[in-house]
Amino acid sequence: MTTELKTVPKAIAGPSNFLDERLGGANFLKRNLRKIFPDHWSFLLGEIALYSFIILLLTGTFLTFWFKPSMEHVIYDGSYSPLTGVGMSAAYASTLEISFDVRGGLLMRQMHHWAALLFVAGMTVHMLRVFFTGAYRKPRELNWIIGVLLLTLALAEGLTGYSLPDDLLSGAGLRITEGVAISLPIVGTFITFFLFGGEYPGEDIVARFYALHILLIPGILLALISAHMVLMWVQKHTQMPGKSRTNQNVVGAPFYPAFMAKAGAYFLFTLAVIAGLATFAQINPIWLFGPYTPADVSAGSQPDWYMGFLEGALRIMPPWEINLFGTAHAGTLPLSVIIPALVPMGIIMTGLALYPFLERWVTGDNREHHVADRPRNNPHRTSIGISAMTFYGVLWLLGANDEIAANFHVSLNWTTYAGRFLIFVAPALAYLITYRMCLGLQRQDAAVVSHGVESGVIKRLPHGEFIEVHTPPADDIEAHVRGKEPVAMLPVAEDAAGIPPKGMRGPLGKLRARMSKAYGGEKIPLDEGHEHEEEHAAIGGGDDRSLTH
Amino acid sequence: MTDNEHEIEQPDERVPKRVIGTPAPGTSMLGTVEASDTDAEVPGVTLQDEDKARKAEKIVALCFTITFLASLAFIVSYVYFQVGSPEATGTSNLALGSTLTIAILGLAVGIVIWVRQIMPKYSLIQERHEMASAEPDREVVADTFIQGANESGFVKRKLLRRTLLLAAAPLGLVPLVLLRDLDNSKMSGGRFNEVLRHTVWGEKNKEGKPLKLVVEGTGQPIRAADFNSPGSILSVVPEGFEHDLNALAKATLILIKFRPEELKAGVRQNWTHDGIVAYSKICTHVGCPAALYEQNTHHILCPCHQSTFDAADGAKVIFGPAARPLPQLPITVDEQGYLIAQGDFDVPVGPSYWERGDAERAAREQGGQA
Amino acid sequence: MTRITAWRRHPLARYAVLIFALALVGMVYAAFVQAGKPADAALAAGKVDDVAEGKSLFVQHCSSCHGMNAEGVTDKAPTLIGVGAAAVDFQMSTGRMPAGAPAPQVPRKPPAPWVNETTTRQIAAYVQSLGGGPQVPAPEQVDPKLGDAGRGGELFRANCIQCHNWVGAGGALTQGKYAPNLNEATPTQIYSAMITGPQAMPVFNDSTITPEEKRDMIAYITQVRSQRDPGGFGLGRIGPVTEGLVAWIVGLSALALAAIWITAKKRQKS
Repeated sequence: MTTELKTVPKAIAGPSNFLDERLGGANFLKRNLRKIFPDHWSFLLGEIALYSFIILLLTGTFLTFWFKPSMEHVIYDGSYSPLTGVGMSAAYASTLEISFDVRGGLLMRQMHHWAALLFVAGMTVHMLRVFFTGAYRKPRELNWIIGVLLLTLALAEGLTGYSLPDDLLSGAGLRITEGVAISLPIVGTFITFFLFGGEYPGEDIVARFYALHILLIPGILLALISAHMVLMWVQKHTQMPGKSRTNQNVVGAPFYPAFMAKAGAYFLFTLAVIAGLATFAQINPIWLFGPYTPADVSAGSQPDWYMGFLEGALRIMPPWEINLFGTAHAGTLPLSVIIPALVPMGIIMTGLALYPFLERWVTGDNREHHVADRPRNNPHRTSIGISAMTFYGVLWLLGANDEIAANFHVSLNWTTYAGRFLIFVAPALAYLITYRMCLGLQRQDAAVVSHGVESGVIKRLPHGEFIEVHTPPADDIEAHVRGKEPVAMLPVAEDAAGIPPKGMRGPLGKLRARMSKAYGGEKIPLDEGHEHEEEHAAIGGGDDRSLTH
Repeated sequence: MTDNEHEIEQPDERVPKRVIGTPAPGTSMLGTVEASDTDAEVPGVTLQDEDKARKAEKIVALCFTITFLASLAFIVSYVYFQVGSPEATGTSNLALGSTLTIAILGLAVGIVIWVRQIMPKYSLIQERHEMASAEPDREVVADTFIQGANESGFVKRKLLRRTLLLAAAPLGLVPLVLLRDLDNSKMSGGRFNEVLRHTVWGEKNKEGKPLKLVVEGTGQPIRAADFNSPGSILSVVPEGFEHDLNALAKATLILIKFRPEELKAGVRQNWTHDGIVAYSKICTHVGCPAALYEQNTHHILCPCHQSTFDAADGAKVIFGPAARPLPQLPITVDEQGYLIAQGDFDVPVGPSYWERGDAERAAREQGGQA
Repeated sequence: MTRITAWRRHPLARYAVLIFALALVGMVYAAFVQAGKPADAALAAGKVDDVAEGKSLFVQHCSSCHGMNAEGVTDKAPTLIGVGAAAVDFQMSTGRMPAGAPAPQVPRKPPAPWVNETTTRQIAAYVQSLGGGPQVPAPEQVDPKLGDAGRGGELFRANCIQCHNWVGAGGALTQGKYAPNLNEATPTQIYSAMITGPQAMPVFNDSTITPEEKRDMIAYITQVRSQRDPGGFGLGRIGPVTEGLVAWIVGLSALALAAIWITAKKRQKS
C-alpha cells in the first residue's frame, strides 16, 4: 500500500464545509456513517424490491417519452408488418413504436416489465422472511403495516400498468376487472361507470390508468417506501441469534464503507439480472397479441403472476348466484365473482396486517424484540405461514390450470375439481406437516446442544460396540441454537381453587387462554434432550397437547 | 441458513480427514472459524492479508475494465444496429441488452470482490436502546400539550369547536363531489341498469330495417344458405357497429349451425333459422368473449375461467363459475336471405350486477303475455 | 500381426467403415426409390384408378373402425360419406389417421409407414367418390405469399385464437381435449382443417370465410410463427405463465445467490 489518507481531500472538504455550515449535517453523519448493519443474506431480499422500484421509475420515465395514453382509433403503419393496416388505439400503436421504432425501446419495455415482476416477487419473499423470523414484532408492527400497504399498492400499480398498452391480453384482464367491479353489491354499476367514464370499455380508461400508474400510485409508493426505510433506520435492523448478539445490541458491519458498497453492488446485481432477463427472455410481446377488442380473447389469457391467485380463485368457484328479492329490479349477488375476488385477497391482506396484533393478544408478549426467531422455534407461527402460503399456492397454480392442462395433457375439468378439494385440504395438511417438522428440527437442535455433532469418527468400545464420537458444536453454532427463546404465554394457570386468572373467565377470555396455551410455551426444551425416552415423555406430556396424538 | 457459514476446528488430533457417510469438515453442522481478529488495531475490524488484497485488486481492476469496454460496446451497438423488423429489433435488443448486462455485472462483481477481499472484515457492536422515550420527556410533552390546548381555548370555547367541526364536514365532501363527472354520460345512477339491459341489436339500420349479422373481421353480411355446414361457428357483430367497441362489448355473437335433430329443449326454436342459433359471445361470469366451440360435444368454453355451456341446449351452464346461460338472440332472415336480428336480447348480456335482478323471470312473464 | 489386422486397428478404420456403411445404405435406398418411380409416373398419368386403389387401401386399413363402406360405426368412428378429400388429406397427412390408442383426442403423430402422398390421394379419391365434400385446396389457394397478413390477422383473432392462442401455440379444451399447436401444420393442412372441422374443431366453410380470406389467415399464421422473437427467447409464446416462472426461478434465484455471495462469511482455508 502506497498511500493512506491523513486528511479529508480538499475537493470533498470544501463542499462538505459549505453544506455543514448551512445544514449542520456533520452531527447526523457522526451518528450514522458508522451505523451497524447485521449481515444475513435474507436481509437483502427486501432490497430486491427497493432497487426494482428505482429501476421501474427510471425505465418507466423513459417509456413515457413515447407512450400515448389515448384510446383514439388509428390505423397502424409502423415497422411491424403483420399489423400493417390494422385499426387500433393510439396507446397500442405507440407501444408498438416503442418496441420496433425506438432503439433500446424494446429493452426498456422489457426491463420495465421484468422489474415489475421482480418488484412484487422481492416484496413477497421479503415479507415471508420478516414473517417467519418474527421480525414484525414490537417495535416494528407499524413498519409491517406499511409493508402490507406497499404490497397492496404494488398489486394496484401492476394492474394499472399491465392494462396500458391496450393489447388483447391486457384487455382481457381489464374486462375481468370490469366484471368483478360491476358484481359488487349496490355500488357495482356506479364504480364501473365512474371508472370507465360510462359503459365498458369507453375511451377513458387508458388515460385514467395512466394517471394512476405514473403519478398517484408511484407517489404514494415512494412516500411509503421512504417511511419504511426511515423506520428501519431508526429502529435498527433485527439480527439473527448468535455469538454476542443480544436484544440490546446489533452486531455487523458499518454503513460506511462496507454496507454501502454491498448495497450498491446489490443494486447493480438487481439491475444486471433485470437487464439480462430483458435481453434473453421475451416478456409481454404485445405485437403478437394484437389490438384490444371486447369481441375477442385468446386461449391462455393470464394475468401477471401476482394476480394469478385471484384468477385461480375465480376459476375454481362453483356457479353460485342469488337473487335476494326475487324481483327483476335489484338484489343480484353473483357470489361466483364476489367471493373469489374479495375473500382470498381479504384473508391474506387482513390476516397479514392483523397478525402482529393477534399474536401479541394471544401471547401477551409486550416486550421489544430485536433478535429474529428461527422459524422452527415458533412452530405454530411457522405452520400458519406455510399454511397460508399453501392456500395462496393452490390458487396460484389453478390460475394457470389451462396451461397445465394443455401442456401436461390432463383434463381441464379435473384440475378444477382438484383445486376445489385442495384449497381446503392442502393448507390443513401443510399446517400439520410443518408443525411436525418444526418440532423435529427443535429436537435436532436439542440433540446438537446436549450430545454434540457427529464427528465422523467411529470408535470401538472395549466390549465390542461401535459408536460414533460426538464433538461439542462450535461456539457460534451453539450460540445460534441457544438464541432460542420460549414463545411467550399468558399466565393461564388456574389458581388453587380452580379459578382462571382475571381476564380469562368469559368465553373470549377462555378462548384466549386456550390459544395462548397452544401457541406459546416451550415445546422442546434445549437442555432436556439427553435421553430419547425423556425427550418423548417431555413432548407427550408437554404443552403441545393441541397436536400430539 | 447461517449454519452453512460455519466450519469447525479439527476436533481431535486423531480424527481422520474424512469418513464416508459423514459430513466433510467445513460443511453444515460442523462449526466455524472466522478469520481471527487478534491482530486487529480496532476491535472488531480485521484487516485483510495484504498479498491477497493485492491479487484481488487485479481481479477488481479486470472487472472494471470489462465494464468500461462493455459500455463502449453498448454505445457502438446503439449507433450500429438499427431497429424495425422483428429480425433487426431482435439483433439490436440482443446487442444493447447483453452489453448493458455485462457492463453492470462487471461493476457489481468488482465491487463485491473489493468488499470481500480488500476491505477489512467487521464485527462491530452497537448498543440498542428501547424505542420508548424516557418518562420525564413524555411528561414534558404531555404538559406542553395541555398548556397549548388551554391557551388555544379549543376546550373552553364550545361554539368555536362546534362550528369548526361543522365547517370541516362538508369541506371533506368537496373532493368526492368533484369526482361525480368521472362518468362522462352524467346519467343518473338509476339509468345504469337501463343502459346495461340493452344492446344495439334492438336498433334499426339506416333503411329502418333490423340490423344484419355480419362476420367479425370482414364485415360481410351472412346469407343463411351460405352458412350451411353443420358444426360451423362464426364470430358475428352487428351491421354498422363493426368498430364500435362499446357496442361490441355487449353485442358480439357466436353463430352456430346445427343439424336440426341436434337441438334440444333449451333452445328457443322460433329464435333460430334453419338450425342456426345465435348466442351472446360475452360470458355471463365476468364478460370474457366465450367462444371455444367444440363441434362434436357442442361445448362452448370460456378461456378465462372455463365456464362451459351446452350450445345445443340453450347454452346452459354445465361447468365452471358462470351461473347463467349465454343469452340467445332472436334471429331470422330478410327477403334476400341474409341473417338479421328479430330484436334485442330479452335479458341483459354479460356479467351479473346488483340491479339486474331476476331478469329471466321477467322475460318469461313478458313472453307469456305476448 | 497380419497386415489386415493392422489396418483394422488403424485409428481411421472406424470412420472408413462408417462411411462405407452409410454409402451402402444410401445406394440401397436410391435403388428402391428408383424402383418406386415408374409406379408414381403411372399414377400421375392416370393409368391406375385412384378410386379403386383407394377402396382397397381403405378396406385394408380403415374399415375396421369406419366400416366396410365408410358408413361409420356407432360409438367408434364417424361416417366418412360427405367429409370430402380434404378431410382425408388432413387426417392422414398429420398422422392422426389411422388413430392409435383411444384418448380424448387423436393427436398429431408421424404418419403410419404405409401412408404417403400416393396412398393418401387414393383414399381421398375413394372417400370423395362416396358423397362429395370439400376438396383438397390447390397450391396457390394456400400460398402464404399471396395473402395479406394484416387482414388475415384480424380474422385469425376473431375466429381462431380463442382456442389456438395468439400465435397458434394451442390451448386446453374441456375433458382432456385440446386445440393443437399450429407450428407444424402446413398451409394445406390449415386450410383443410378450416373447411372440414376435424374432431372438436368447428367448420369455417368457404361461403362465409372466403378462400382469399383463408389465405390471408394462412399468411398471418406462417409469417408470425416463423418470425424471430425480438425480445429474446419466446418462452413458448404462451404469455404470463412462463414469464412468471422465469421471474421466480431465474430472476429471484439469481438475486438470492448474489445475496448469499455478498454476505457469505469467508472460510479459513485449511
